[in-house]
Amino acid sequence: MDTSVFESTTVKGQDRYRAGVMQYRKMGYWEPDYEPKITDVIALFRVTPQDGVDPIEASAAVAGESSTATWTVVWTDRLTACEKYRAKCYRVDPVPNAPGSYFAYIAYDLDLFEPGSIANLSASIIGNVFGFKPLKALRLEDMRMPVAYVKTFDGPATGIVVERERLDKFGRPFLGATVKPKLGLSGRNYGRVVYEALKGGLDFTKDDENINSQPFMHWRDRYLYCMEAVNKAQAATGEVKGTYLNVTAGTMEQMYERAEFAKELGSCIVMIDLVIGYTAIQSMSKWARRNDMILHLHRAGHGTYTRQKTHGVSFRVIAKWMRLAGVDHIHAGTVVGKLEGDPKTTAGFYDILREEKNAVQLEHGIFFEQDWASTRKVLPVASGGIHLGQMHELLHLLKDDVVLQFGGGTIGHPLGIAAGATANRVALEAMVLARNEGRDIMAEGPEILNQAGRTCLPLRQALDTWGDVTFNYASTDTPDFVPVAVASY
Amino acid sequence: MRITQGCFSFLPDLTDEQISAQVQYCLDHGWAVSFEYTDDPHPRNTYWEMWGHPMFDIRDAKAIMGELKECRLMHGECYIRLCAFDSTHTWESLRMSFIVQRPADEPGFMLTRQEAGGRNIRYETRAYVAEKPAGARY
Repeated sequence: MDTSVFESTTVKGQDRYRAGVMQYRKMGYWEPDYEPKITDVIALFRVTPQDGVDPIEASAAVAGESSTATWTVVWTDRLTACEKYRAKCYRVDPVPNAPGSYFAYIAYDLDLFEPGSIANLSASIIGNVFGFKPLKALRLEDMRMPVAYVKTFDGPATGIVVERERLDKFGRPFLGATVKPKLGLSGRNYGRVVYEALKGGLDFTKDDENINSQPFMHWRDRYLYCMEAVNKAQAATGEVKGTYLNVTAGTMEQMYERAEFAKELGSCIVMIDLVIGYTAIQSMSKWARRNDMILHLHRAGHGTYTRQKTHGVSFRVIAKWMRLAGVDHIHAGTVVGKLEGDPKTTAGFYDILREEKNAVQLEHGIFFEQDWASTRKVLPVASGGIHLGQMHELLHLLKDDVVLQFGGGTIGHPLGIAAGATANRVALEAMVLARNEGRDIMAEGPEILNQAGRTCLPLRQALDTWGDVTFNYASTDTPDFVPVAVASY
Repeated sequence: MRITQGCFSFLPDLTDEQISAQVQYCLDHGWAVSFEYTDDPHPRNTYWEMWGHPMFDIRDAKAIMGELKECRLMHGECYIRLCAFDSTHTWESLRMSFIVQRPADEPGFMLTRQEAGGRNIRYETRAYVAEKPAGARY
């Protein structure tokens, strides 16, 4: 790209409004001298123009089509403070090692957005531009939300700290399991799995994303049997337990009905799926806040648009939207499990969910500083093909504030579900204890597990069964920047 | 039964040496350690009795272990837990909590069920020892 193009090409005065078609970069959507205001929303897009399309024009088009522009000049712009409302692309960089792709930084005035509405934000930013013909592909990589905008959202109903206080669990990751098989269990059989897993030592069990109300198990039946299991396990252990009752349904009215029933039965947590939509998620967050309920979000469907690097929306943006929308839990990857997850990219997601301020960290895919302005923290959930043989890696990579969910790794234990749960809990506690004692768990992890297995048969058996299982595949969603060693002076 | 509150209940009871290493970990993070005791181990019993204030100014694991010894002398028949507070903005709560002393015999809890309307059941978890007055339970 020729750097001589980095100057404003905006047409001024009445020429700007002459009827006809004009390049986006001439209409005020390319402003390389623009300095974003602290109140601006900033979006970073990965733009891949069609062959022969100028990257600056393509980026200006993204700014235009995600704010005020249409394909032709309209005189009605002049009835408005149109320069304020135009999104401004202010920087375009080639993507390292990806010829033909560019990072476009675009600033949006705060007045373009309705306060407290992810639906409105996303309708603006991703509503129109992703099908734009001059682009081969487009990806929303990251966003910076100004504090003024962050403060228009309630954020998580509960948050990590209050969840820990409410459940009286401090100092270690939470342990969970998704009930398996995903489909087909009757309510009575389903509750059996919940009881065994909780009694054995897990903190939570979980409905899967597609467990709603099917012919084999209606939702009320599941809730009733699950709460019998939760209460029984609580009395058997003297410890607070929970099960994520999925309230996802076809209509908002049905979801409220299910959530109310979960509350009536004394559940401390309900869950929803990402596919219910941003508005429904925000509604459920408000409901959770009114009803002292922890709200778990399963990111069902996200892989359709987050996984490929060239096109879609990065999960780091979804994570930011969901922290604003106000969920308490969100699945955010495991690194070592069966699902997509580059370690550094995943670390970036975890930082977004858990930190009070995010610093720029290009090698984690974080392009902007983000001040969360005391918005509560979201508890990330690591789920999908993880097992206790990886406990040292999980604790090292994901740290303490996470739910580790071992579904198959609990229910598939050769001695039964409760034994599977006990094995997980012992492995976790042994690893936390060792780390706190200053041991190098990445080096000594397997030895620490074997040692703990000497006094715990279920752990020993689990290690014999799964100790060596790994899922080593190359990730598709990886950072574009690697840390470079530079001489220090 | 063995109540499994706190972050190390599934391991064999920690030795004083092991507890001291955890205290050091808390101090290294700048957290204030305290001890709390109770003879009512109900899972929703939030407020155990405080063995003094959190020791904000004691940065020596040995001195803290001395406090535990004192607490055990007075309340050895109860549950005692170690708590570590972090006053960092946006946390301002416990970072760690685990049981460091438990009664020799833990009778556990009774779960009662009261059949309500429809198929609803009202559950109540009650510690067997809670039938006795405070102070005479273990």
